[in-house]
Amino acid sequence: MSEFALTHAWLIPLLPALAFVVIGLFTRLNKKLSEAIAVSAISLSFLVSLCVLAAVIGGPVTMDNPFIQKALWAKMGTLELSMGVLIDPMTAMMLIVVTTVALLVQVYSIGYMEHDPGAGRFFAFLSLFASSMLGLVISVNFLQMYAFWELVGVCSYLLIGFYYYKISAREAAKKAFITTRIGDFGMLLGILLLQITFGTLDFMELKELVPAYIWISGTGFMTVVGLLLFIGPIGKSGQFPLHVWLPDAMEGPTPVSALIHAATMVVAGVYLVGRAYFIFSALPTVMNVIAWIGGFTAFFAATIAVTQRPFKRILAYSTISQLGYMMLALGVGSLTASMFHLMTHAFFKALMFLCAGAVIEAMNEEADIFKMGGLRHRMPTTFKCMTIGVLAIAGVPPFAGFFSKDMILAAAAEVSTPLYLLAAATAFMTAFYMARLLFVAFFGEVREDCPAHETNSYMKWPLVVLAVLAVLSGAWGHFAGFGEWVYYGTAAEEHIDFMIAGSSVVLTFIAFALAYEIYVAKRFSSYLISQRFGILYKLSYNKYYVDEFYTIVRNTFVDKLGAALYWFDLRVIDGMVNGLAKGVGCLSCVFTVLQNGQAQRYAAVFYCGVIALVAYSIFYAFRILQLLGGAY
Amino acid sequence: MGFPILSTVLLAPLLMALVICFLPRESREQIRMLAAASMGVATCLTLYAYAAYDTAAGGMQFTERIPWVTDLGVSYSLGVDGISLPMLLLTDVIGLASVFSSWNIEKRAKEFFILLLVLITGVTGTFIACDLFIFLLCYEVVVIPIYIMVLIWGSTKRVSKEYSGMKLTIFLLMGSAFMLVGIVSLYLGAYPAGQRTFDIEALIMASQMGHMSMEFQILVFLLLLAGFGSLLSMFPFHSWSPDGYAGAPTAVSMIHAGVLKKIGGYGLIRLGLMVLPLGAKFWAPLIAGLAMINVMYAAYCAMVQKDLKYIIGYSSVSHMGYVLLGFAALNVVSISGAIANMVAHGIMASLFFSQIGYVYEKTHMRSIPDLKGLAHYFPRVTIGFMLAGLASVGLPGLIEFVPEVTIFMGTIGVYPFFAVLAIAGIVFTALYILRMLAKVLFGPKDEHFAQYEDQKGVEVLPLLLLGVFLIGFGVFPELLMSVIDSGVQPLTPLLAALSDVPTLLGGGL
Repeated sequence: MSEFALTHAWLIPLLPALAFVVIGLFTRLNKKLSEAIAVSAISLSFLVSLCVLAAVIGGPVTMDNPFIQKALWAKMGTLELSMGVLIDPMTAMMLIVVTTVALLVQVYSIGYMEHDPGAGRFFAFLSLFASSMLGLVISVNFLQMYAFWELVGVCSYLLIGFYYYKISAREAAKKAFITTRIGDFGMLLGILLLQITFGTLDFMELKELVPAYIWISGTGFMTVVGLLLFIGPIGKSGQFPLHVWLPDAMEGPTPVSALIHAATMVVAGVYLVGRAYFIFSALPTVMNVIAWIGGFTAFFAATIAVTQRPFKRILAYSTISQLGYMMLALGVGSLTASMFHLMTHAFFKALMFLCAGAVIEAMNEEADIFKMGGLRHRMPTTFKCMTIGVLAIAGVPPFAGFFSKDMILAAAAEVSTPLYLLAAATAFMTAFYMARLLFVAFFGEVREDCPAHETNSYMKWPLVVLAVLAVLSGAWGHFAGFGEWVYYGTAAEEHIDFMIAGSSVVLTFIAFALAYEIYVAKRFSSYLISQRFGILYKLSYNKYYVDEFYTIVRNTFVDKLGAALYWFDLRVIDGMVNGLAKGVGCLSCVFTVLQNGQAQRYAAVFYCGVIALVAYSIFYAFRILQLLGGAY
Repeated sequence: MGFPILSTVLLAPLLMALVICFLPRESREQIRMLAAASMGVATCLTLYAYAAYDTAAGGMQFTERIPWVTDLGVSYSLGVDGISLPMLLLTDVIGLASVFSSWNIEKRAKEFFILLLVLITGVTGTFIACDLFIFLLCYEVVVIPIYIMVLIWGSTKRVSKEYSGMKLTIFLLMGSAFMLVGIVSLYLGAYPAGQRTFDIEALIMASQMGHMSMEFQILVFLLLLAGFGSLLSMFPFHSWSPDGYAGAPTAVSMIHAGVLKKIGGYGLIRLGLMVLPLGAKFWAPLIAGLAMINVMYAAYCAMVQKDLKYIIGYSSVSHMGYVLLGFAALNVVSISGAIANMVAHGIMASLFFSQIGYVYEKTHMRSIPDLKGLAHYFPRVTIGFMLAGLASVGLPGLIEFVPEVTIFMGTIGVYPFFAVLAIAGIVFTALYILRMLAKVLFGPKDEHFAQYEDQKGVEVLPLLLLGVFLIGFGVFPELLMSVIDSGVQPLTPLLAALSDVPTLLGGGL
């Protein structure tokens, strides 16, 4: 049975792909049927994933002994590109996370897309995304991962731009694709260097070859490769400085934000680093870079989230910040903590996004939290779910985030105190801005013109399921021994560091209290605070002007340089071509003078020729005479 | 010798052109049906040949040979191997699609289809000829219809159609002049008088037996590079490409960008590399450098274009840079990638041109500031644009991904500097393609476009036909790569022997 599940794991990405093809070709215009096909495909994938999980838990598969299946995709000369399935506990966990969230989001979308005529297209793209993401998760080599990595990127592009008639959506989609493309460029270079150095991209083969190579030739070259590879995750997982696309990506429909831009695609970068951990963990410089970029991103994004007003944008910066946590965990050497946080974050962040979708829909597309208020009376279920999400992300025991965040803080404290302090400060800010979001939107007085109402059942039940997961997944992982299951090198031990956990819980409650004082009790005026810290507030509110900086770079190095080169093409290159043509034309003018059809002209030319000939013969004869004279 | 498949593929369009000559000009309906039928026959036979080609055996198959001018060593000799078969398939598929794209042509339809079929015959001939005389003959056949078609059915935008037609023709002729000198030198240099032949296999034999000195090869390769390079729009001989495509009618743009250009790459491999390996090796670093310029420079130029056809024109110059780069790296992987990339680019460029052509036919607009929000009224055209655009960007699952990655893998070890810059092209390609798609297809509704109809009936066929190959070869690249591999694999010893031959930068020996 367990063998059967593993050998059929390729069905997991294939089923949604089939759903995409069928919906795309045949049922696009039939909403009900399209929804049914998409949801049943992902449900089946979910079931197969469960079987795979069972097989992994019960069987001989471990992190060091994965199940592998491969098939040739294309071959040219000595180069073979293959596709396949690699199942280890990390894969199994990811499969469950992705299929669960995808299934719940698709059910939710049935309600969300109720009045949208483009629902068929929406479900087709969602299925394509699920398929690509699952294909990425089970990759056996870097090329397969890169291929699916690009595919999830394009699905993200298509779905961010789903409301294609909105200019903002269209621009956000473009920006997301191009920004992540910059990361992919670096990653592709890294992959190509691996290919020419080792002659293979297979994870298992590289796992054997890379340590030997480093042992013989040192870390120098591999550090370059590692850094190049890491540029990909910087783009995909929204790390500084390529994070700019993720907040804009909120232009997409909210289920998309929940699935792609919170729970699954954006963690692909984290997953890639985890999958290639045998490379990264052997390179101290790269690990340091990962840890610091992760830590800095976590802190940086949190400082922005504190001042933002739109509901989804706060969540987006929060996602960037949490992804930074995951990177930080990888950088300080704890694959377990990173993957654990990836799982819990997927559940509670998807939960919060789906709540956001319900709220924004209920508010008739009003996204500014300061125009909401008192929603807990109007939307009690959503309020409860959102509260659970906030408690989970803030790390209140026994909610999921507590366990995973504690593990990351403990891992960071072991390696470097500055990183730990950065992470702890981020935790404090996280608790603050999440409490701010909750208090401002859901507490206080109900506004008179507030149109909000509780959501329909398609949208409600996924929230409840995710809320349960957001409560339980942390404790389950902790007590069931997540660390003995997903680990790198030696199994991680499960224990709670009470100093770290205790201090972070205390900080969390201080942050909650502060937010309560400001936004509910209104003991301090938030306006005055923002005035007091004018410059800091402005920097944060304007996201440190990173976007503006990129606009300048793009204007100069792309548009202006392009215009200059085009000028060169028109004036110089084409100028030469046209000049040459004109030159030939002039030459022909000269010769046409000689042949203009008039007998007199011909006679004159003839006469000139004769003179020239005679002159030449005389000259020639003279030369000969001279030569003869010289000879005698 | 069984049924002469290749002759039928070659002559079906030509014979049909002859038949159409005798039809009255009013019977437009029959003329276009007959044109489509002849191309349909050719395509079906090519598909059969493609399926029946024995990749394990490799080499020239479906050969036909009739001695023609024995004194000069000229024979009517046809055949396909793993390198020319994909090109033949490309020619017929795009040829068929271009007939459908010209379905609604009103002006002088009879003459149009006659010239189109002659053009396709010429292109087909260059790919399946095993004799250089036939190759040149077919190449010259191509030039005339293109000039007439641009002049009569072309369009005037930035430059007049007369200018672009002239530019296109003169570049083609200049290329053929260099080619002619190069080919005649080969003919004279390979064998002593009396044994001389235009047979390509025999020339390759002569080269392997050492009949051609290093100096000879270097000189003649330069001639061929000038000829084939300008055909492939190699920098700085590229400026005909955007102007030419912009002036040409849709079908000519499709065939020119889709297949005609590829004669350059095909010739470089078939003659440049196989007959003159030492010359190829000598000039390879130069080609690699120019290739990198092609990729980046043309991408930058594409970025600032306003006319859709100019964008695709510069885009095709940029993509040809990858082909040149794959050629210059001179190894099995990179050359397979270069050939596959020619197929890939042919399919997507012709898809682009057919969709642009449709939009232009309906709206008489091609300028990006004029076009907006087409997705609201042209859903099928949108699919065509998106497929071609995402393929250009190198999306996995579409035809361009595997060829691009293959070229990168084959070149980064040989020319790291040029390769890295050329790979950076993937970012810039994404930039100009996505900008164009966003502006033209998406955004708010514009009521002006409500009056036009989306593609329907025969008009959808180019999208369908090219789309099938775009996705089919993308999802199952082995369908394409196995055939190409059987053509490139035999070059392994040749390429291995080249590894210590000096280049213009010195080295070797």
